[in-house]
Amino acid sequence: MAPALEPMTGRYLRMEIEGIAHRVYFEEAGQGIPLVCLHTAGADNRQYRHLLADPEITRRFRVLAFDMPWHGKSTPPDGWQEGEYRLTTASYTAAIRAFCQALELERPVVMGCSIGGRIVLNLAIAHAAEFRALIALEAADFQQPWYDTAWLHRPDVHGGEVSAALISGLIAPHSPPASRHETLWMYMQGGPGVFKGDLYFYRVDGDLREKVKTIDTKVCPLYLLTGEYDFSCTAEDTLRTARQIPGVEVQIMKQVGHFPMSENPAKFREYILPVLAKISSSRPPHA
Amino acid sequence: MTPAERFARLPGLLAADTDLRRRGRWLDVDCRIDIGAEPFHLVLRQGALAALERGPRLMRATAFSIRGTDEAWRRHWHKVPEPGWHDLFALAKRGVASMEGDLRPLLQNLQYFKDLLALPRRLAEED
Repeated sequence: MAPALEPMTGRYLRMEIEGIAHRVYFEEAGQGIPLVCLHTAGADNRQYRHLLADPEITRRFRVLAFDMPWHGKSTPPDGWQEGEYRLTTASYTAAIRAFCQALELERPVVMGCSIGGRIVLNLAIAHAAEFRALIALEAADFQQPWYDTAWLHRPDVHGGEVSAALISGLIAPHSPPASRHETLWMYMQGGPGVFKGDLYFYRVDGDLREKVKTIDTKVCPLYLLTGEYDFSCTAEDTLRTARQIPGVEVQIMKQVGHFPMSENPAKFREYILPVLAKISSSRPPHA
Repeated sequence: MTPAERFARLPGLLAADTDLRRRGRWLDVDCRIDIGAEPFHLVLRQGALAALERGPRLMRATAFSIRGTDEAWRRHWHKVPEPGWHDLFALAKRGVASMEGDLRPLLQNLQYFKDLLALPRRLAEED
């Protein structure tokens, strides 16, 4: 019997981010328009494994999902032990652009979720012309914090288990139990302080209020999709953000929470396929 | 059944859930859960309920308290809760529940407590 191999392949990429050498792990599948996928805070690229294995997507898109430095199989840079990890708007933006440039991706589509969604908004603000389209999942210009991140990294509380328990409430009750627990497992596997360091970007450094008003969707189309069970980035947060951006396309996903691509892949597919079809069938702006 | 009456069924619900007791096996704590105006004092030992006392207790020491309005618990315990009512922290964010005291044992066993406090969802709905 032939081995049951999945279609994606994984490789390590050497690249510099802000002048620092990194070894970044990514997986890819398919051909066509590059589609770079950004995982949520404290997680890794496995969240996108269903997209990477979906022939309906990979026949038109070259899907690439990389682990952010410090996440998954991307190790932290040399000397990591001497400081505290903190993701910033600048370092996150630099990592995405470095990945796209290192692989010589021509005007890729970027889709990110949660912090990945927030940084996609920043790409739309600051670097729109580099991208063919941008998709922000569970994204808003700002969200009200709902817990103290100090609990995420201290010796008397298991960081992986408390992270998973906190975010478990962001998954919709309808999501299949196996997908729910696979999503939680990735959070349980995060390195110490990494989820907390990602949230520095979310909570302190990445406030995009006012800035989103400058987004020009004629330069690069922007799509916002948010699950109705996400109480971290609520539907209202996303709709408020969308109201400030002329030409944006916004959709609230029913029976979905904060991790659409991994908590309920089948349901997410219903929402994302039409978006991807629209992107692939339209000419890139100013092409 | 009122929300407090439903919560009073907790001993039977937890006794029937061997997996939840397994996950809580390291936990020993005394805590207080308020269902609307009614306090419940939980004595948890190795993840099992050693005691559940309903009503006020003078000067009762407790590690932490979780308080929620009647509406918060009633909607939290719908078989399929609505968005924003489906998680303890969603309730806290909307201002209908709160967590106070020494939160360390709560955070050390957070999934256990979330699942414990959702157990009344398994009772037949009435509304």
